Amino acid sequence: MSVTFELNGRNVSLDVDPDMPLLWAIRESAGLTGTKFGCGAALCGACTVHVDGEPTRSCSVPVGAVAGQRVTTVEGLETGGNKAAKAVQAAWQALDVVQCGYCQSGQIMSATALLSAKPRPTDADIDEAMSGNLCRCATYVRIRAAIHDAARRMEA
Amino acid sequence: MIPGFRNERPRTELPAASRRDVLRGGLLAGAGLLIGFTLPARGPAPAVAATAAAGDAVMPNAFVRIAPDNTVTVLIKHLEMGQGVTTGLTTILAEELDADWAQMRAEHAPVDTAKYANLLFGIQGTGGSTAVANSWEQLRKAGASARAMLVAAAAERWKVPASEITVSKGVVSHAASNRSARFGELAEAAAKQTPPTDLKLKDQGAFTLIGQRLPRLDSVAKTTGRAQFGMDVALPDALVAVVARPTRFGATVASFDATAAKAVPGVVDVVAIPQGVAVLAKGMWAATRGREALTVRWDESKAETRSSDAILAEYRKLAATPGAVADKAGDAAAALAGAAKVLTAEFDFPYLAHAPMEPLNCTVKLAPDGMEIWTGCQFQTVDQANAARVAGLKPEQVRIHTLYAGGSFGRRATTNSDFIVEAVAIAKATGGKAPVKLIWTREDDVRGGYYRPMYHHALSAGLDAAGNLVGWRHRIVGQSILTGTPFEAMMVKDGVDATSVEGANNLPYAIPNRSVELHTVKSPVPVLWWRSVGSTHTAFAVETFLDELAHAAGKDPVAFRRAMLAGEPRHRAVLDLVAEKAGWGTPLPQGRARGVALHESFHSFVAQVAEVSLDKDGRVRVDRVVCAVDCGVPVNPDVIRAQMEGGIGFGLGAIMAEQVTLTEGRVDQSNFHDYTPLRIDRMPTVEVHIVPSTAAPTGVGEPGVPPVGPAVANAVFALTGRRVRALPFAKELSV
Ligand code: FES
Ligand code: FES
Repeated sequence: MSVTFELNGRNVSLDVDPDMPLLWAIRESAGLTGTKFGCGAALCGACTVHVDGEPTRSCSVPVGAVAGQRVTTVEGLETGGNKAAKAVQAAWQALDVVQCGYCQSGQIMSATALLSAKPRPTDADIDEAMSGNLCRCATYVRIRAAIHDAARRMEA
Repeated sequence: MIPGFRNERPRTELPAASRRDVLRGGLLAGAGLLIGFTLPARGPAPAVAATAAAGDAVMPNAFVRIAPDNTVTVLIKHLEMGQGVTTGLTTILAEELDADWAQMRAEHAPVDTAKYANLLFGIQGTGGSTAVANSWEQLRKAGASARAMLVAAAAERWKVPASEITVSKGVVSHAASNRSARFGELAEAAAKQTPPTDLKLKDQGAFTLIGQRLPRLDSVAKTTGRAQFGMDVALPDALVAVVARPTRFGATVASFDATAAKAVPGVVDVVAIPQGVAVLAKGMWAATRGREALTVRWDESKAETRSSDAILAEYRKLAATPGAVADKAGDAAAALAGAAKVLTAEFDFPYLAHAPMEPLNCTVKLAPDGMEIWTGCQFQTVDQANAARVAGLKPEQVRIHTLYAGGSFGRRATTNSDFIVEAVAIAKATGGKAPVKLIWTREDDVRGGYYRPMYHHALSAGLDAAGNLVGWRHRIVGQSILTGTPFEAMMVKDGVDATSVEGANNLPYAIPNRSVELHTVKSPVPVLWWRSVGSTHTAFAVETFLDELAHAAGKDPVAFRRAMLAGEPRHRAVLDLVAEKAGWGTPLPQGRARGVALHESFHSFVAQVAEVSLDKDGRVRVDRVVCAVDCGVPVNPDVIRAQMEGGIGFGLGAIMAEQVTLTEGRVDQSNFHDYTPLRIDRMPTVEVHIVPSTAAPTGVGEPGVPPVGPAVANAVFALTGRRVRALPFAKELSV
């Protein structure tokens, strides 16, 4: 069986079981390892990607369900022309948010989706949009600051 | 509008699909199974080998490589697991090299104990917040040596005295003749110079990089998805392996039926290994489905079958009797008997999982004459030896590629190299026919043991009529982390495991009569050091009990501590600093309260003041934490700040809501719906203040963790009048 969808702006046809979680199709079949496995159960957000622009836990969506849709992973942010993504990555780097870094692809995908929908988020907005993304290194102080910083960068 | 996650679930439930996966957990890892190497005696490793081997012309010594393109790469002997060690160690070397920060790179060193031992351990390994402390002199010398060789090469080329040459920001110059060269141009000639024997290190006043805010070297890779973690290793034709492990610690495989598992498309092999039954498949999805289809019968005759409540009840009984002496001064019993007021308190601490964000994994490529391993590991020397033993190879035939680790907090520092050895066992059982990539699921991790041990503490203390603390008895009951491991000889003395009592048997407070005692109990539940080790529980018991005593004595908690710290200026300084910065003693808005705690761990001194309130649902909310830290020379102030922030969040999650419990020997928790680290909505604001210091630098990866629990507990008492003594808070309070 093969499943066809758009991955980071390119059409891909993957020869996979349509029931396979999108996460493993992206990581193992398409070979893009920026999207991480953390829990496999939609509990940690490490696997967050955008499906048609919406943040989605790729560990808990069968790849068959995204047939014909547009999937963006962290590797697709730099070339995707997404203004929020650019601001988020710049802010993350300027504030040195990362520690171990393992959760950060997911954090960045969620933050990008938040800022795309809401360019001036409040702290409460951030709590709501980001509390599905665990960071075991607890980089939360800087994640919050970086989202506010990214919002300023988008205005500039 | 906030974007909704299209497949978000309530985070307190496990989706049905994952429940199957949860059925298997637990890990048998008899500590005696694989150990047998000898740990080199504690002491310095051989001096830095300044080798400029043939063909290695841009390597002035074991720690630095200078490329013709002018990049300078520092070889990092420690594991980067988030603590910022690549940035920290590179800063130290770059400082003495007089390099430009923009030209600096870092990479993990290979396993080579002679060159890359942790000078405080005698083996190559990371832990105990020792990376900067043990590397400080070594890397300063390595940088200064490479600098001197660059200068010598320039002197030779330009035919000028070396003493007239200066180096700044990666450029070697001779002002009088107006010549200059970048490192890259001189590297090859420099590598041929003899390393100098007498090195002059900079005066601290001349530092230009140390003490500055420098961008982390791993930020770009980790924000673009390019950073390579162990989980990202993809060797051609590798098979993914998952292991069915017993549901009770100490059980072994009695028999298994792989028929259904082998019928799952993509499953290639099913093999028994000492730890359980491994399913190998083309990809993780097939491997986990294969494991679900597997039937295993376990021999549980030696397994732990008690519940954690039952184990704790035994701990409580033991605490009523005297234990092995861990610290003794004066006569505690007499002081308590003669005290004007005696207080007692008992504390329970649960098992805790490290739950690093990256589930454990290890890739192994086994050949008859050698083996390559890709993973994020903390104990390279030990891991190499353990892997070699299982594979039937010599340690030098095992090459370890150390990759970024997605967190560890101690989990990757097992003395039996548990997850590495498991991967090697699978590779061996399958005859090395394909590379093996072992992956643990989150359920495997939460149920897999190697927990922070469960502990029970019982304390009694006496105050005299003036409210002075005159007697102190502290009994601790729990499993030993190090008994039965190669570290036993070094760290277990007279029945006292140093990691069980650290933070309790070295109190900074002047208390004339003390008795600190330990009961060590045995269980098949594997236990391990967990970020800040003994201080995870000792600091909580000591610092909350001191708070109770201060209140009983009618004294201010800061003043009460301060009065007992006359001989401890560094403790006193962080306490004073945190009190000043937090506005200790100034009024707070209605409904808010403060608590303070002070603790030294790993030779760093940290004091914190927490402010708490109750939210509209009556849940305890930590609003703000002010932190003062003295870790000697602050090498990278921003990394120190980050480690304090992260340590506070990590410690706060644990005291609020993390616990691993057992019911009839089986772990109750399985994933992040019931093992619940802190999330962003509960993270307080954090202010970090660093004490200026010229003392040799000490660690920051762990010391931020211990004070936050007691500071918050003391604030909760100030707010509500309740003393929480059984962790996590969620057992007694709404959090
Ligand atoms: S791996 Fe998908 S949410 Fe955790
Ligand atoms: S940076 Fe380590 S889990 Fe977030």
